[in-house]
Amino acid sequence: MMEPAFYIAAAIAVIATVMVITRYNIMHALLYLVVSLLAVAVVLYLYGAPFIAALEVIVYAGAIMVLLIFFVMMLNLGKESAMQEQQWLKPRIWIFPSLLCLVLLGELVFLISQNHQPPSEIKVVDPKAVGMALFGPYMAAVELTGILLMAGIVGAYHLGRQKEKTLHRFLEN
Amino acid sequence: MTNFWWIIGGVLFALLNTAAGLIWVERRMLALWQDRYGPNRAGPFGLLVVLADTLKLFFKEDWIPPFADKIVFVFAPGVVMLSVLMSFVVMPFGPHIIVADLNIGLLFFLAMSSLGVYSVVLGGWASNNKYALLGAMRGASQMISYEVFMGLALMGVVVLSGSFNLREIVEAQRTMWFIVPQFLGFLIFLVAGVAETHRLPFDIPEAESELVAGFHSEYSGMKFGMFFIGEYLGITLISGMLVTLYFGGWLGPAFLPPVIWFVIKTFCFILLFILFRASMPRPRYDQLMEYGWKVLFPLSILNLLVTAAIKLWLNT
Repeated sequence: MMEPAFYIAAAIAVIATVMVITRYNIMHALLYLVVSLLAVAVVLYLYGAPFIAALEVIVYAGAIMVLLIFFVMMLNLGKESAMQEQQWLKPRIWIFPSLLCLVLLGELVFLISQNHQPPSEIKVVDPKAVGMALFGPYMAAVELTGILLMAGIVGAYHLGRQKEKTLHRFLEN
Repeated sequence: MTNFWWIIGGVLFALLNTAAGLIWVERRMLALWQDRYGPNRAGPFGLLVVLADTLKLFFKEDWIPPFADKIVFVFAPGVVMLSVLMSFVVMPFGPHIIVADLNIGLLFFLAMSSLGVYSVVLGGWASNNKYALLGAMRGASQMISYEVFMGLALMGVVVLSGSFNLREIVEAQRTMWFIVPQFLGFLIFLVAGVAETHRLPFDIPEAESELVAGFHSEYSGMKFGMFFIGEYLGITLISGMLVTLYFGGWLGPAFLPPVIWFVIKTFCFILLFILFRASMPRPRYDQLMEYGWKVLFPLSILNLLVTAAIKLWLNT
């Protein structure tokens, strides 16, 4: 039951990610990225990390992607930008990245074929265990992430701070 | 295994009928609170107005504007139905009436409600219409912001019950409903829930007096119907969640079966939602955001901190 579910979810993730790269319309690319993230969440759930799977959907698919779509929406990119993208993405420019990816793929296949370890048992990590790990051995990382986010908030506040109010657009001071 | 399919079928049947029936309930209750009759001609107490409305929705012309992004336009109304119906999967309607007893039930609910944002955003964007786009932008920022307070307010319940599993959360309320120790959390969740379902007074993404019909201006026929039914399902979902998390779910005196208790409590909250619509004016968009980030956000963090501190203090 687990195996086919895993292969289906993994295939969807790979196909969706390929679609993200090849779409000309940026909105469609972002939607495929959402699908890819959801597929990764399913894979995580199957492999015994339900908490991380839920967070993947809540944070990545539900918040960060919505913000990205929000900004793209405000840019009002229409057919022209899709055409421009089409001109930029000539088949010729795929050659070099594909070569690099092929090298990586070869390396991966080689490593997998070398190593015949039996797959380790799937152990379900419940939310409590994640919390214990985060606020136990990985405390420093959590604190540092908090400081990073704080810096982000302060920066955003600085950028978004209102200058002095002008009551009329011709009466700027 | 057959039992499982019966539960799924029963839940779907009950939910879709509730959502349709709420059309009539809402119109009758609004009329009552505004001192008029409401629909009262078709059938007993005007009940057949539901049938008439549904038939009308089916036979309306289902029009896709030529300037719209067709695929996204068609797919957006489906998202709202799907995400709300999926949320009901983890809700315990009774001691054994639960579709999936997930150990991350509460997180699953939050995940599905955060995916629900896409229907508003994509519907508004794909319509390629100024009003729809404005509505979608308001909807996106409103729903993302209020999701944060919603999640934080729920964490108080998680601290008290020590579990994300909704069945265990209900069981933990046998001695005392969580409304008593978590009153602040309940209020924050209620406000955030109204904002999540973009119901009045927080119907800023639609705001028919400013934005035509907001994000679904271009929708007609059954696609509009999906948004419409999705909204009623959302009300039912938030009411059910309020009952499960703060009002003891299906717990109640033994003279009625647990499911009936759940239905009665949920229905009270649905009526509260309708009363909100009948009695409150709509705030401005910036007022809504300011209220969220400057009042609800600090309060929900304070609630979580105090709850956790008291829990630790009592345990040691």
